Amino acid sequence: MNQFRADLHVHTVLSPCGDLEMSPAAIVETAARRGIDILGIADHNSTRHGPLISKLAQKKGIFVLCGAEVTTREEAHCLAFFENFEILAAFQQYLDSHLPNIKNNPRYFGHQVVLDEDEMIVEQEERLLISGLNQSLDQVEEEVHRLGGLFIPAHIDRPKYSLTSQLGFVPQGIKADALEISRFTTPEQISEQFPWIASYTFIRSSDAHHPDAIGSGITIFEMEHRSFDEIRMALHRIDNRSTHIERH
Amino acid sequence: MTVAELAEKLELKIHSGKNGLGREVTGGYVSDLLSDVMGNADTGQVWITLQTHKNVMAIASLKDLAAVILVSDNRPEEDTAIQSNEEEIPILGTSLPTFEISGKLYELLKK
Repeated sequence: MNQFRADLHVHTVLSPCGDLEMSPAAIVETAARRGIDILGIADHNSTRHGPLISKLAQKKGIFVLCGAEVTTREEAHCLAFFENFEILAAFQQYLDSHLPNIKNNPRYFGHQVVLDEDEMIVEQEERLLISGLNQSLDQVEEEVHRLGGLFIPAHIDRPKYSLTSQLGFVPQGIKADALEISRFTTPEQISEQFPWIASYTFIRSSDAHHPDAIGSGITIFEMEHRSFDEIRMALHRIDNRSTHIERH
Repeated sequence: MTVAELAEKLELKIHSGKNGLGREVTGGYVSDLLSDVMGNADTGQVWITLQTHKNVMAIASLKDLAAVILVSDNRPEEDTAIQSNEEEIPILGTSLPTFEISGKLYELLKK
């Protein structure tokens, strides 16, 4: 087995709260410098920067998981990742059809722009991306899994936009491929709080909104090679594959 | 006042938990953050919310609330309604938004 360092929760400039320096090129540069092998691109309710970052990252030997950080109707944030660009586009359609049509005001929320590899703006997302979809947690989970994706509730221990803040505690029996925790807790601590989640796989990522934070939370994947299937197998500990959170 | 009387006076739909309509109402609590309800709601209160996830019922039973009122025509999810029947804590519904139904409940309970 080989070990790979993964940061599966990175925003880009497309997220309204994402720093203007979070261009696809800058993210890939920083990730390469910090020895990241697997990068998860998860903008709020949008997958549009994934394919370009994937292409740029390939040249640096970084594997990219393309997806989004979905805001459910309960306003719980959940990471969703997909195997290829075709399925990613299908999920983008789902996001587009369920995101409320509220116009972004960049003065309050920040800019939402899609860039090309030369950092030129090719598109401006008009709809506010941080709104909640009109789809419940369970509906989002069903759609992600219908498309063969990975469903990972984000920063579940945090007091904002998490399962615990919005729903009081992590729902029993939630169909998640893993649960993401922040640097403020450990798998042991959170399992003590919610004993029924002790058997889940926990990941930690950076939730980076600016370049400095990229790689500040790392999960190690032990698996044969880097592919969507191998990552899924590692999260589910199949055939000796596994993950663990890197110590600071 | 019982939940049944309250439901009648506020013209609420009864989505589930009919066996709990005899529960006594001692007050109200309004919040959509379940962590907040878990920390701050009191026994016997009616909880007004737009959340429909089954955790709503887990918290309602943990805090021994009298009933839950879903606003703006929200309906309980299937497993939420099942748990409401099991716990015998009614889920009621209204087409009014939170502000308006809260005002009516406040008027009703302050007498």
